[in-house]
Amino acid sequence: MALVNHLKKFSRSVLNIASNYSKYTSNTMMPFLQTTRGASTTQPLSEKQEVSITFVKANGERIKAKGNVGDTILDIVVNNEIDLDGYGACEGTLTCSTCHLIFSKEVYDALPDKPTDEELDMLDLAYELTDTSRLGCQIVMTKKLDGIEVRVPSTINDARA
Amino acid sequence: MQLAEMYNYIRSFSTQHIVPRVCIIGAGPAGFYAAQQLLKTSADIKVDILEKLPVPYGLVRFGVAPDHPEVKNVIHTFEKTASNPRFQFIGNVNVGKDVTIKELQEIYHAVLLTYGAEEDKLLNIPGENLNNIISGRRFVGWYNGVPADSNLNINLDVEEAVILGQGNVAIDIARILLTPVDKLRNTDITSFALEKLSKSKIRKVSLIGRRGPLQAAFTIAELREILKLDGCKTCWRVDDFTNVNQVVNTLARPRKRLTALMLEYLEKTSSDTEAMTKRLYPIFLRSPVEFLGSDTVHSIKLSVNSLEGNDVSTQFAVPTGLFEEIECGLAFRSIGYKSVQIDASIPFDIKIGRVKNIAGKVQDKLYAAGWVATGPVGVILSTMTNAFQIGTLMSKELPLTENKPGFVGLSKILAQKGIPIVLYNDWKKIDKIECERGKILGKPREKIVDINEMLEIALK
Repeated sequence: MALVNHLKKFSRSVLNIASNYSKYTSNTMMPFLQTTRGASTTQPLSEKQEVSITFVKANGERIKAKGNVGDTILDIVVNNEIDLDGYGACEGTLTCSTCHLIFSKEVYDALPDKPTDEELDMLDLAYELTDTSRLGCQIVMTKKLDGIEVRVPSTINDARA
Repeated sequence: MQLAEMYNYIRSFSTQHIVPRVCIIGAGPAGFYAAQQLLKTSADIKVDILEKLPVPYGLVRFGVAPDHPEVKNVIHTFEKTASNPRFQFIGNVNVGKDVTIKELQEIYHAVLLTYGAEEDKLLNIPGENLNNIISGRRFVGWYNGVPADSNLNINLDVEEAVILGQGNVAIDIARILLTPVDKLRNTDITSFALEKLSKSKIRKVSLIGRRGPLQAAFTIAELREILKLDGCKTCWRVDDFTNVNQVVNTLARPRKRLTALMLEYLEKTSSDTEAMTKRLYPIFLRSPVEFLGSDTVHSIKLSVNSLEGNDVSTQFAVPTGLFEEIECGLAFRSIGYKSVQIDASIPFDIKIGRVKNIAGKVQDKLYAAGWVATGPVGVILSTMTNAFQIGTLMSKELPLTENKPGFVGLSKILAQKGIPIVLYNDWKKIDKIECERGKILGKPREKIVDINEMLEIALK
């Protein structure tokens, strides 16, 4: 009897795999994240428009990097292997604030999307939080943002509120 | 063996070049992040990371909740560190028993302690030994596959549970108890925990803190998540929020947003009458005084507190002399972790439960980073910054006057005692089997919880 139950359970679990998997992805990915990611991967090659961004580190060092319209700033850091210790630890899943960047007021106001509650929740754990702080993984580059400068906080860090 | 020794001896005199060798104790986030920094800041350094268990990643594997898989993405960074030829993971080594700190200090240029905080703090109140009063740390270990916690004796055949403590671990415990169990099926939660949770009768969980809403220890993301939990309603106590409205706008942004979120849902408590089967009751201004019950806990007596002090952030709780009793067939203690002294030579503060250190320095050639040094506070990335700092400090201070045997010397000591070691490639064998077993069950992995089975797979 125990064996029968076991087999039943087993077949049930096998049948569940497919539906569980889709549940898994839709539960863990925020809808807007999917759009973000979608934008950077569905961009047709021929229409790729190059943009540049300059990272200003706390010690004054300036790092200029290139990316494409539709890339997030995190994508640009990763693709260019920019040396920012610990940047983007959770890989853009909104579970840390290591990709914290500080914008000028003008650029901040010009950013295409306003931060969501979930992004603000993570920013609240960042050191050196300012009114013009954002997470780099949530900023999708547009032609309008070409050439912007962003400040990298001296301690990329999370702390308890 | 003697030849190797001689070789090192000759080398130390005949060449100018000395290879710095560092040993890290504990393969959790602090250890891996410190290793990453050491490898980066010192061009030819060799880093060995020792781990008591045969498997790496510490609390990323054993602490992070199974329904938070994104947090485990940090493992990709650790895997990159592990692929560095100057890095070595050495599992199944119990420092303090298999090899002493003194021996390690002789065979390495410097030793770094990153072994975390593995014991939980006790409440030290009457009745704490009754059945079904569970250590929060062990409960987390149970559902996350800590070998020593796989036999946890817990009865979920009760309706009411209390959790003492309101930190993020307490929130994790509440969420695991209140989440519809089907949402956990495709996570890496242990199968035996899932099986037991699927039969759980828990429908009411109280989350008890000694201070008020303005001092709440949980973070906003964790609170928001539990407020939105399917089939569960959070019921706040209006009285706990007396005067909070007046203060909220004077707070700094993080505390202000957290408080505003509680106030928003406080209003929903009174207006929302939707029938949901499960309930979370956050309760402020109460301290546990005594557990009541004959063999098993049936209720908890709480002291009613008020706050003293002018500054909101440093206000402290004082008992009013009034009491409240709450029924519970299950209670969790989740008021923080403490570290242990794994070797008598480590300067250790037993009272607060951490290694004595000043900004990461314990003594000459001995350092500490992460929870063993800072105490068990902060999210994983406060540990990251701390470990980066200590890694940099160690690189600067490396005493390179002579060559040291490093791994060769360590292997010799362990071989003499017959301790089998698990290297990174051996762990990958365990990893592969865990993932294969998980795949059959529709999970990312099914963790192996038996150390002997781990060793059998690793050493084959």
